[in-house]
Amino acid sequence: MFILYLKHSIISNMKNVVILGAGTAGTLMANKLRKKLPAKTWNITVVDQERAHYYQPGFLFVPFGIYSEQDVIKPKDNFFPKGVNVIYAKIDRIIPEENKVTLENSEKILDYDFLIIATGTRIAPEETQGLLGDLWRKEIFDFYTIEGAVALAKYLETWKGGKMVVNITELPYKCPVAPLEFIFLADAYFKKKGMRDKVEISLVTPLPGVFTKPIATKMLSKVVEEKNIKVIPDYNISEVDNVNKKIIDYAGTEVEFDVLVTIPTNKGDDMIERSGLGDDLNFVPTDKFSLQAVGHPNIFVIGDAANLPTSKAGSVAHFAAEVVLENLMCAIEGKPLDAKFDGHANCYIVTSDKTGTLIDFNYDTEPLPGLYPYPVVGPFKLLTDNRMNYFGKLFFKWMYWNLLLPGRSLPVTDHMSMKGKRYPKHHVN
Amino acid sequence: MAQKEFAGQMIEVNEEGYFTKPEQWNQEVAGAVAREEGLELTEKHFAVLDYLRKRHFAGEALTIRSVGKSGVVDVKDFYALFPGAPLKKATKIAGIPKPTGCI
Repeated sequence: MFILYLKHSIISNMKNVVILGAGTAGTLMANKLRKKLPAKTWNITVVDQERAHYYQPGFLFVPFGIYSEQDVIKPKDNFFPKGVNVIYAKIDRIIPEENKVTLENSEKILDYDFLIIATGTRIAPEETQGLLGDLWRKEIFDFYTIEGAVALAKYLETWKGGKMVVNITELPYKCPVAPLEFIFLADAYFKKKGMRDKVEISLVTPLPGVFTKPIATKMLSKVVEEKNIKVIPDYNISEVDNVNKKIIDYAGTEVEFDVLVTIPTNKGDDMIERSGLGDDLNFVPTDKFSLQAVGHPNIFVIGDAANLPTSKAGSVAHFAAEVVLENLMCAIEGKPLDAKFDGHANCYIVTSDKTGTLIDFNYDTEPLPGLYPYPVVGPFKLLTDNRMNYFGKLFFKWMYWNLLLPGRSLPVTDHMSMKGKRYPKHHVN
Repeated sequence: MAQKEFAGQMIEVNEEGYFTKPEQWNQEVAGAVAREEGLELTEKHFAVLDYLRKRHFAGEALTIRSVGKSGVVDVKDFYALFPGAPLKKATKIAGIPKPTGCI
């Protein structure tokens, strides 16, 4: 009896960190935190509804037969450290006033001292009228889900050519360079098949050009032009006409397609809405420096789930993880939060099936040319199109599974560094 | 920083013609900026402009989606009022900075 009592008192003295979501951000946080927090006093619990971990940067290669589903999937269980409780369940909601999380179809209630929201973003094609109509996954595809990417690969195998329209619905969306990479890979794919002359590729975007930041836009516009890809800017889609196979925007402009590749509206998890913690797209309002949920000092938000003014991308989650870790440790010790996130993002951009470029930027500094990650030796060149950068992108898959998810160090700095970067001549800020 | 005359007042603007001092705005000035954009302002326009200014001063990021959900105007009407690129046009006429899409 005494032992039972003792055991109970020890258990009740345990403190709890709960991590919601075990994608890139949640998994690497679980690994980093378990190393830092003593197992005798801190429980770490991770909740996710899916057992499969997808290497999402690989989805881009699936439609073109470069990767198959098998190349981008591994069991989530492979990546959790010892001493972390993993619950595979759907999250019902967070009750921030009571520091509790409830699960669907379960009586279990998770109490937390600190909560980390890492529930990411999902595509929400239902937000656009007609997008989920008769042609969905028949002649309208996405490549942000494995199902969409695989269906598109199958479709393209026997496609005879025509108008391929790649449409970005609205901002923000995950991996902002992916639609560009998609059209570059499509160009290479159809060339290889000897049918590039039978395919008209258009990028239809709500942005004023191919990208937002001026120096990168200039470089990428040149690539788009060289590949004879049509760009229709300032286009805000309102509906899809499945009968006449065209998209229509709010200004009434119609664009016909034979195959539509859509980047649908992105939303945060529906659980965020049920918890009353989201903005109008279910992203969590988050302090852009401390990474705490606004108004909830014991909730941190990492990765795509946050409404931060930077890219929704795995690299951002990776760089933010150190800040969350440091600030969480400060909060546990009751100290002021020291670490400040700078919005650092870093993306390889494939420009064909042989070449790639690389961009590195943060809240304040736009992508610049130069060398990365080291000045003088690189080996990667920023905003320059070459073969080395393409290999960098392919090699990154190994780094992702073996270094990034397990929370090991990568040979790059978490804060963006100006070392090796330069503004182009004649550039006025 | 450049200055430009609207309705007899000197207004500080940036290279794209957006106000750098939103407090210099008033309805007459708005009317003059709108005429440059080829628009005659109605009450409906002003309801949208007021909404945009309020949201801007509250520190909120403006998007076409948020305007469409505001209850002041739906997205279709927003386009009808400010044809072409409604948010860019409307913020210019409302005397507030051009919204920057984050990427």
